[in-house]
Amino acid sequence: MADEIKVDKTLDIKGQVCPYTFVRSKLAIEKMNLGETLEIITDHKAASENVPKSMENEGQKVLKIDQTGENEWHLFVRKDKEKVKK
Amino acid sequence: MKKQHNPKSRAMEFTEDQILRYSRHILLPEVGGEGQEKILNAKVVLVGAGGLGSPVGYYLAAAGVGTIGVIDNDRVEISNLQRQIAHNTSRIGVLKADSAKETYETLNHDVNVVTHKERLSSKNIMGIIKDYDIVVDGSDNFPTRYLVNDACVMLKKTLISAAVFRFEGQLMSIFPGEGPCYRCLFEIPPPPGMVPSCQEAGILGAVTGVIGTLQATEVIKAILGIGQPLKGKLLLWNALEMSFRTVKVPRNKECPVCGEHPTITELIDYEQFCSMSH
Repeated sequence: MADEIKVDKTLDIKGQVCPYTFVRSKLAIEKMNLGETLEIITDHKAASENVPKSMENEGQKVLKIDQTGENEWHLFVRKDKEKVKK
Repeated sequence: MKKQHNPKSRAMEFTEDQILRYSRHILLPEVGGEGQEKILNAKVVLVGAGGLGSPVGYYLAAAGVGTIGVIDNDRVEISNLQRQIAHNTSRIGVLKADSAKETYETLNHDVNVVTHKERLSSKNIMGIIKDYDIVVDGSDNFPTRYLVNDACVMLKKTLISAAVFRFEGQLMSIFPGEGPCYRCLFEIPPPPGMVPSCQEAGILGAVTGVIGTLQATEVIKAILGIGQPLKGKLLLWNALEMSFRTVKVPRNKECPVCGEHPTITELIDYEQFCSMSH
């Protein structure tokens, strides 16, 4: 699925709903290094839209959103920013 | 040079319950998992588990402040319950420190409440507060207020100081060495008899809740290092007018405790003239 994208960590959050989809994604990306890519697998349609939006709001780069099944999405997010300080 | 993030810097992993419990904090860009971890590792001590200390401790416990000290040697009385929400009717006669511990630890098992069931004096204050990062003053009398201020200046402890009176409250955050202290604002305590004692003054219960909650907010901001603290600023709130005012407080170079040439180098036990808090 990843094509040319090199994934550094995969987070499977199938079964999780909002806002925990983003909470868990955020906790995962916080622990990664700048420039690394997180792959998030979700089966919650709202999360396939909201998690990328929230990630961008926090300064991360959404590289790709792949729908791989009727209810499965793979989100690829690159860590571009550390935690907001102020 | 950009600081390289160390992925191993988080010593702890959140439990499933913690992810759910603190999710609304973690969602905040200014907090996140890293901020929540700071909160869990923080050590905050409350001077008094009364009208102000009760809501401060409540919100700090809910937030997951890992260690909360409670300094109080009074027992719960029925007249406290109009405002001191850490306690309840079944706890009348119980030491407030024990009652507060029960309330806060029941709310959140992540919190360890350390009770200090003694009256603060120049003899014991240093030993008690030295182990905490932040001191919260919610005391109801001037001798304690000045003692706490002086001790925090001497130990360079962040002090979040608040007071309430009838329908009004005030709040100031003191960062010794960076901003003014309480004595920069009011150099010495008023003489006994100059101010109505707490027994005569009266206080609207909800006023302690508002000011205590603002105080808790300042504590959390200080733990996280976010926003603008009330450093060099005194916040005044009037409930009847429903108005907030912020007054600039400069550092006093001549301040007897935090000035350039301090004259107060030892702690002072002022005469207690409002030691009863019925």
